Amino acid sequence: MTRITVTVDGSTFTDDVEPRTLLVHYLRETLGKTGTVIGCDTSNCGACTVHLDGRSVKSCNVLAVQADGHEVTTIEGLAQDGELHPMQRAFHECHALQCGYCTPGMIMQAIDILQDNPDPSEDEIRAGLEGNLCRCTGYHNIVKAVAAAAKAGE
Amino acid sequence: MSVSPDALAEIAEEVVDGAPQDDGARPEIGNRRLRKEDQRLITGRTRWTDNIILPGMLHLAMVRSPHAHAKIVSIDTDAAKAATNVLGVFTAADFPEGMGACANAWPITPEQVTPDHLPMIGDRVACAGEIVAAVVARSAAAARDAAELVDVEYDELPAVFDALEAMKDEVLAHPDKGTNKSAFWQLDSASAGTGGDVEEAIAKAREDGIVIEREYRQQRLIPAFMEPRSTVVDPTGEQITVWSATQVPHILRFLIAATTGIQESKVRVIAPDVGGGFGGKLQTTPEEFITLAVARRLGKPVKYTETRSESLVSAHHGRDQYQKLTLSATTDGTVTGLKVDLLANLGAYVAVVGGGVPVLGAWMFNAIYKFPAYQFNCQTVLTNTTWVDAYRGAGRPEATFGIERMMDELAAEVGVDPLEIREKNWIKHEEFPFTSVAGMTYDSGNYEAATARAKELFGYDELRAEQARRRESKDPVQLGIGVSTFTEMCGLAPSRVLGSLSYGAGGWENAAIRMLPTGKVEVITGTSPHGQGHETAWSQIVADRLGVPFEDVEVLHGDTQVAYKGLDTYGSRSLVVGGEAVVRAADKVIEKAKAFAAHLLEANPDDLEFAGGRYTVKGTDQGVGITDVALATFASHNYPEGMEPGIDAEATFDPDNFSFPHGTHLCAMEVDTETGETRMRKYVCVDDIGNVINPLIVEGQVHGGLVQGIAQALWEEAIFDDNGTLVTGSFVDYTLPTAADTISFVTENTTSPSTSNTLGTKGVGEAGTIASTPAVVNAIVDALRPLGIHDIRMPCTPERVWRAIQSAGSHDGETAAEAQRHFHQDAPSNADPGATGEGSAQ
Repeated sequence: MTRITVTVDGSTFTDDVEPRTLLVHYLRETLGKTGTVIGCDTSNCGACTVHLDGRSVKSCNVLAVQADGHEVTTIEGLAQDGELHPMQRAFHECHALQCGYCTPGMIMQAIDILQDNPDPSEDEIRAGLEGNLCRCTGYHNIVKAVAAAAKAGE
Repeated sequence: MSVSPDALAEIAEEVVDGAPQDDGARPEIGNRRLRKEDQRLITGRTRWTDNIILPGMLHLAMVRSPHAHAKIVSIDTDAAKAATNVLGVFTAADFPEGMGACANAWPITPEQVTPDHLPMIGDRVACAGEIVAAVVARSAAAARDAAELVDVEYDELPAVFDALEAMKDEVLAHPDKGTNKSAFWQLDSASAGTGGDVEEAIAKAREDGIVIEREYRQQRLIPAFMEPRSTVVDPTGEQITVWSATQVPHILRFLIAATTGIQESKVRVIAPDVGGGFGGKLQTTPEEFITLAVARRLGKPVKYTETRSESLVSAHHGRDQYQKLTLSATTDGTVTGLKVDLLANLGAYVAVVGGGVPVLGAWMFNAIYKFPAYQFNCQTVLTNTTWVDAYRGAGRPEATFGIERMMDELAAEVGVDPLEIREKNWIKHEEFPFTSVAGMTYDSGNYEAATARAKELFGYDELRAEQARRRESKDPVQLGIGVSTFTEMCGLAPSRVLGSLSYGAGGWENAAIRMLPTGKVEVITGTSPHGQGHETAWSQIVADRLGVPFEDVEVLHGDTQVAYKGLDTYGSRSLVVGGEAVVRAADKVIEKAKAFAAHLLEANPDDLEFAGGRYTVKGTDQGVGITDVALATFASHNYPEGMEPGIDAEATFDPDNFSFPHGTHLCAMEVDTETGETRMRKYVCVDDIGNVINPLIVEGQVHGGLVQGIAQALWEEAIFDDNGTLVTGSFVDYTLPTAADTISFVTENTTSPSTSNTLGTKGVGEAGTIASTPAVVNAIVDALRPLGIHDIRMPCTPERVWRAIQSAGSHDGETAAEAQRHFHQDAPSNADPGATGEGSAQ
């Protein structure tokens, strides 16, 4: 077991973890951060996307021990003082989710896209979302939501 | 991409400005209400089955067969049992009383060969991924680790994977059955009295008309819902509670009781938040039965969650058909007959409705057309592959693909525009209601209107002109235009019709409405949404009907203890059947409450009128609200003599007919003739789905449906190797489309209300998937037709397109022939138009 200290959604936690523990399993099983979900076992789907020190990562692709001393933000930590993050609002307003299973990862990735490029074209949005799979929406409204959030952020 | 930066900015502006979102206006029906479901989903406060943790809960891992067909010689569980944190390792031998069974609810013929399908296999596995042992441990990781320690010795048996091979009966998927053939089902218009003799029509056309014969392959697909399947069973307490990521909690409860002997009233099934299904979660699964059996044995809550790799091989697959079509027509392109021969691969077992899915095509191959003669033959076969069942559209996409490809072939043969050949043959809007050659009564539709609007939005004539220019200039990138004018049968289903087809259940749906004393309204529905937005749409229906605020309506579903009666969600049935049940329950509440209102107002009930949530005495301003009546019945201090104090109501709706959504889809594909690469340029669809409750939700359903259908045309295929191993066993190899692969769509509606329900709705869940596959393939073939190519087998990957172009160019026809498998060895080659006796290249 290895002792790690990780700040998740603004609170700091210390735990002993098996070195092989994936960050996503630490978040879900140890911390109960079940807003972050698992959709595959090959790092293809992006459902587990979170922010590690402000940048998006697939949390199935990071060991919990690698997050030691770092800051993680999950979908559960986005809304501030009861106010939805503009990207959450855009997903709601553009009907960018149906079953909602890919949504936490999609939103975390979409925020990351706009950090790099606050005014992306449709092609740039689509390229930025390539690592996140959605089976319900056909991506049409997700792309629209990211564009809407970019517009709102201007 | 098809949306310009300006257009995108406009869209974004619209969203930021808040229009055209909620305006709170009445009527609610037709309002673009934002979804109630979203708040929990966008904040991560969701209850997926895998999120559930119960005190003392144990975790299950499955040991699965790597072999497609093998005898189990021995299973050594000692090492696994001895592992730390392991509480038990179970094999079939540990459950001599059985664990229940995966049922086939639709034997399509009385003679259907239906192998027993047990959850855990003790003697002989019939496909890869079958479960032979289960390990229970304190954590999922410990269970998985210990599962690796289970040592299973197999004796491999010869196996058969392909339906054509299976037809030979040389290698048997189930040797004890003596044949791979499961059932043969026929609809013949001459014997049914719904039309003429198809053989006569074809014979006549061979003399003085046109006969087109084609063979198409519907490749095997995987539904690939995003949330892996998961089950938690809590056997503590008087009732066993089963949480499952399922589309069918009510059917699961029934089949648990029917196959395990557990009293139905001792089982409660809950489908909490469910992450997509597309038909893939309408099965009652080995995993559910095993989790239940193990939890009961140990007396502790047990959870099982599959990995994606397990899901792809063990959750049921879809499609997998060979189609042979013979269409006869007069020289002007009027169709005189259609004969369909289907060969459907069921996989290793006949799934819950697996045998019936291809049969649904019987009513759909004739589509929107007035064919005078028709015959549909369907042979189902068993193979040593993952079982096959409903996947978005279920039988209807396969049929639509076949006929819409054929109509393009006919247009090419006659030398007219594909839309012109369709118009010549389709049912005119003034001819509804129309009884089809397959015996279905289409109640409403307007193919002319949908097509005219689609052409306009698409810029059809301009794109045809561009296509001509590119052909003329021998542009290496050719443009193809694909057409698909589809219909489908939704609103499953009239129970009597299901009974006549030997289906094991009815097609009704149930709803109840509870008027709470605080003025809030609970709607209980037997449908079980998993992304469709029923909480929002049902609230809109009830808000309008009862005249209460949208926000005051709560929709409860997916728990057999709350929604105690229902038939769940699949086949675009929920709104058409379940929504109508909600309407009828609301109407009963209004009727019941009227007597109380009259009593409170000291008026005659006949003098009351109900509008906007209020009963008023006609011609006066005297009135009382329906929510006030609810409060009055709660107190019950003052109510009419002889009545019971309550206005809650329940309704069960059984439709008289199906509904028939239709639409015109137009697709422009650019095809690089040097590389075989294809690129979607534009996609327009105009769907007539009857009245629309929430346009926002409808658009989302169409977008998602389109991409699933396009994915079949271009990217997805489940492939087994020669050993029966699923090669496309992870998301690395089973290539779901990404945002970067797809474009933005243009979607609109025309409206011919359905008459099967008072809402006038038809269903929209499957429309996009059904229509888009042939539209895309028609577009690619249209681009390449001048090269003599008239088919490319799906998925139309760059390699397949390139090979087809190469072989067409070299005139040997060999590689293009490989693009298609043939029904019979002596079937004519589709790559060689001459051999089919009808030079189709324009």
